[in-house]
Amino acid sequence: MKYLPFIFRNLFRKKTRTILTIGSIAVALFLFGLLVTIETALNAGVDVAGVDRLIVRNKISLIMPLPVSYQERLRQIDHVSEATFASWFGGTYQEPKNFFAQFAIDTETYRTVFPEYQIPDDQWQAFLADREGAVVGRETADRFEWEIGDRIPLQAPIWGGTWEFNIRAIYEGTQAGHDESLFFFQGKYLEERRPWGKGMVGWYTVKVNDPDHSVAVSKTIDERFANSSYETSTETEKAFAAGFAKQIGNIRMLILSIGAVVLFTLLLVTGNTMAMAVRERVPELGVLKTLGFGDRTVLSLVLAESLIIATVGGALGVGLAKLFTLVGNPTGGILPVFYLSTGEMLLGLGIAIFVGLAAGSIPALTAMNLRIVDALRRV
Amino acid sequence: MVSIDGKEHSDSLIRVRNLNKVYRRGGETINVLQGLNLDVEKGEFVAFMGPSGSGKTTLLNLLGGLDTPTSGTVTVDGDEITNMSGRNLASWRARHVGFIFQMYNLIPVLTAFQNVELPLLLTKLSKAQRRQHVETALSLVGLPDRMKHYPRQLSGGQEQRVAIARAIVTDPTFLLCDEPTGDLDRKAAEEILDLLTELESNHGKTILMVTHDPLAAERADMTLHLDKGALVEAAS
Repeated sequence: MKYLPFIFRNLFRKKTRTILTIGSIAVALFLFGLLVTIETALNAGVDVAGVDRLIVRNKISLIMPLPVSYQERLRQIDHVSEATFASWFGGTYQEPKNFFAQFAIDTETYRTVFPEYQIPDDQWQAFLADREGAVVGRETADRFEWEIGDRIPLQAPIWGGTWEFNIRAIYEGTQAGHDESLFFFQGKYLEERRPWGKGMVGWYTVKVNDPDHSVAVSKTIDERFANSSYETSTETEKAFAAGFAKQIGNIRMLILSIGAVVLFTLLLVTGNTMAMAVRERVPELGVLKTLGFGDRTVLSLVLAESLIIATVGGALGVGLAKLFTLVGNPTGGILPVFYLSTGEMLLGLGIAIFVGLAAGSIPALTAMNLRIVDALRRV
Repeated sequence: MVSIDGKEHSDSLIRVRNLNKVYRRGGETINVLQGLNLDVEKGEFVAFMGPSGSGKTTLLNLLGGLDTPTSGTVTVDGDEITNMSGRNLASWRARHVGFIFQMYNLIPVLTAFQNVELPLLLTKLSKAQRRQHVETALSLVGLPDRMKHYPRQLSGGQEQRVAIARAIVTDPTFLLCDEPTGDLDRKAAEEILDLLTELESNHGKTILMVTHDPLAAERADMTLHLDKGALVEAAS
């Protein structure tokens, strides 16, 4: 601690250079924060998906429906504790850029299968009592400043016309990463109003009583409906979500590549700063050693400078990225889960500290190995 | 009593025996110091003179543990420093040697106070104790009112005073001065020499000084000349 004033004095002997280096690291870590946020958003479904839930969809394609009669048959399969269904509505609120997903759900079973969506009981009862009622996620409610009781018109390109809903409940996720952008309404309302597709649903979500049986239950379901008019394809919710994320491409690989380039650039920038700082200070380092500062102390002083630069830059960059995610979701709901977790922030800070140590190590070793008589000769 | 005959003197603070330093540059071998002997008692002020390249600074570096000899021994207050590891030598320098350079060698980003405090950072003194020591040292060199000044805000003479304060703040066993007045005008040089003389006479400091300046050498108890790698007594 007693060396801190000395370290800070050295750091700011070239203010512009130090500030620019800290800025470079901050920008790089800001970029890292955003990349990680996007990666998290793309894999959000995978991360929070339950392994005890199976998605049953039409074998031909997700957009092809399944009969509502399958629900009872699914319930009868061993180890299935509940089966619920949902259908894609595909409505537009005011204009296409105001995207958020809307589903018509089976109100009797949905809450049992998806307990992570927290809805106050009185609001849920109000939703059940209103055929035009809707449950909306906190994020979407805040985004459009909706409140309970508001009447929301949605254009329905698939089903035709304008559909009006009453906001009766606002749900919140129970943990970070839960999608709070969804909009649910009663499946009965869709069934009554839609001009076609009656008696069909989009897909089923089946809850199994033991995740160990997931594979066997999936197989049984698909066998049960084999050779029917509506054959099924069943997989765990996690696999389903991962498949969705994969459709966009190998984002993780792309992010890792960009991250690696950023890291390498950071090493060069910080390493160059520290190398220059040591080169300019060779005589002073010689004086320090003359006064009795040991080789390891000199090494630590130089490393500390590098670490401080990297840590301040890293904290600044990660902090700005966090701030950016808190201000609002810039994707307009396309990536509904847009947040930077504490773990990822710590990872960013860890990377910055690693860069500080790695970039400072060679200049620090140079300083440590300086011969006093050679250093003093450069005065 | 300063002695260069290599005979044993029981009261020597600094004892140098058969000191050799050989530099090799390319294929050339340069014997800078050859079988040098020296005994200095506590509280003595010794000046070393000689032409450039005669090995004055090399001798000072060896006495201060900044460099290692090719052969021979340097013993200070019973400690043979020529056998010490780098780590022990650094610690020994911090406790026993005060260095004063021609170019002052102050750290430009630190104030006079902080420059003088530097060697104390290596001790276990508390912040308050360090402050007390620094204030005493700066008062002793006549700069109690310049504590918050940076080196660039001081004259050459004042910078050298701060350097002297830094050298004495740990109360070292002896002071090594390498051309301490070499970069100063006559008046400032005289003031620095007055200060060194005072440190010797009033505070009992042992001082070894390399100089080109005969007037500076006159202040010492004894002047030794370096000639062909060996010491020759010039005056006392």
